[in-house]
Amino acid sequence: MALPAYATPLERKWHVAFRVLCVLVFIFLVIPVLIVIPLSFNSEAFFTFPMPGVSLRWYDEFFGSERWMDAIKNSATIAISVTFLATSLGTLAALGLSRAGFPGRAAVMSILIAPIIVPVVISALGMYFFYNTLGLISTVPGIILAHTALATPFVVITVTATLTGFDHSLTRAASGLGARPLTVFFRVILPLILPGVISGALFAFITSWDELIVVLFIASPETRTLPRQMFSGIRDQISPTITAAATILILLSIMLLTTVELLRRRSEKLRGIRP
Amino acid sequence: MSRVEARAVRKAYGAVKALDGVSLTFEDGSFSALLGPSGSGKTTLLRAFAGFVTLDSGTIAIDGKLVNDVPPHRRDLGMVFQNYALFPHMTVAENIAFGLSVRGAARAAIAERVEAMLRLVRLEGFGARKPRQLSGGQQQRVALARALVTRPRVLLLDEPLGALDRRLRQEMQIELKQIQREVGITAIFVTHDQEEALTLADRVAVINEGRLVQVGMPGEVYERPATRFVAGFLGDANLFEGRVAGGRVAVGGGAIATEDALPTEGAPAILAVRPEKVVLAADAAGLDADLVNRLEGRIVQAVYAGSAITYIVEAGDRRLIVFEQNRAAAPLGPDTAVIAAFAPRHAVLVQP
Repeated sequence: MALPAYATPLERKWHVAFRVLCVLVFIFLVIPVLIVIPLSFNSEAFFTFPMPGVSLRWYDEFFGSERWMDAIKNSATIAISVTFLATSLGTLAALGLSRAGFPGRAAVMSILIAPIIVPVVISALGMYFFYNTLGLISTVPGIILAHTALATPFVVITVTATLTGFDHSLTRAASGLGARPLTVFFRVILPLILPGVISGALFAFITSWDELIVVLFIASPETRTLPRQMFSGIRDQISPTITAAATILILLSIMLLTTVELLRRRSEKLRGIRP
Repeated sequence: MSRVEARAVRKAYGAVKALDGVSLTFEDGSFSALLGPSGSGKTTLLRAFAGFVTLDSGTIAIDGKLVNDVPPHRRDLGMVFQNYALFPHMTVAENIAFGLSVRGAARAAIAERVEAMLRLVRLEGFGARKPRQLSGGQQQRVALARALVTRPRVLLLDEPLGALDRRLRQEMQIELKQIQREVGITAIFVTHDQEEALTLADRVAVINEGRLVQVGMPGEVYERPATRFVAGFLGDANLFEGRVAGGRVAVGGGAIATEDALPTEGAPAILAVRPEKVVLAADAAGLDADLVNRLEGRIVQAVYAGSAITYIVEAGDRRLIVFEQNRAAAPLGPDTAVIAAFAPRHAVLVQP
């Protein structure tokens, strides 16, 4: 984005200022995340700079602690189940809603989207009472269902976005060629909306993976998820183990995002879309 | 190869009657056009054949068997869409193979059949390409091959050449007709282009406002339009509105003779005359004796179009369109006084 030759001095100054501003905003966004990484290598139990020395003791503690390992296992189990459920349900909902002449589309859509608009504390409180009567309180399936309700809207939104502009004559062409509805879905529709489905799945996973409030309400005291463990780690005993955990989570997120982005690009190539 | 039959077919979208009691039969091996302006219901009818539209009432039968309740994937029809609807994530070969592979055909049989189809549509060697790497005409041919690969009973085409430019369109018209004959399939295509309908089809069904207006061979429909709408929609027509008087139709400034049986004396009647049937002459001496309908006027405008010239002639308070082959040494200029003449057999009685 080079400046054109006819730029005025003021435009030139703004050009530079704009870049500086962008960098500052970027730093502001990333610093809180990155600051944790050096702290996790601190040899002492302080959260301050300069660090007296460097060690891996907090990582040692993290991997050696049954609590942390348990939390990771719980979180993974829940998040993966939620991803699977929310992606399936959300994709189906988006497909149905995209049909021409779906009755009350706007109303149904707003009900489906409601969980991301209503403050989570309110959802969590409601779920607490509702799940109590259903006997789902203090159970892992209860957490999975609650997280699915929170995560599904993201899938509905991303898949709906991919479906706008979807050429419905492709569906007709496929069924005209003798494909049963299920075959049409798996061989024509799904490959084409896969990027939206993958993004939705990623959102669903993240939603469950770092959800704290619902867990605080619904989970039994023994069911520790990663966010809950971190939360209590800060509240009860300020232990730098949390910085090690955070560093690992950051790396995990970066890896996840990269993988998904690569997958998405590959499938875009497959569906024959021009870059 | 099959016979398709629609009986009293009705379909409304809200208050709009897309199909308002259409009955129509397509004979085995015929190539028919559903011709009409946009919104006339022609595409709805085609989709009803394919099973994408649920009818309000009426029946559709293929080979004498009612198919109203048969879902699209079990109707065994081939369909070509206006935008081709090729699967963008599959290669040309995979697109063509789709119909066979969903039927669980053997791999080797599929490959062989796909090769044969690529040969039929003259696209050998294009199998590994993606649809977007092909030109419009090539995509059109892939769509055709994909529709024909399963040897369907009927081939349905929705504005098959609508997205192609004029030149390619003419080429594809010839090719399409050739392939249809070669395969011997019953084909029905929808178009709003009267020229395409006349060139391609051996039977033309004109549809307007959800109703069937006229069915016949291209020559019949063009030469003997049944209604004022058909006369105006298929090509151009000079219309003479008047009342029956003494075996002729009295219009402002004279009476027009026709060979058609006219309604009773005094009843309103409309005659249609095709522009190319009208002859222009400087004086009555140069005109054949059978051109008894003569109107004096002058040329308002001459539109030069290479092989032909279109004249707008003002005769009294009416304007006539006249097509002439570009044979004269010099086209007639504006303001030339002329006599426009045509034979009674070219004045066709049409319904309002």
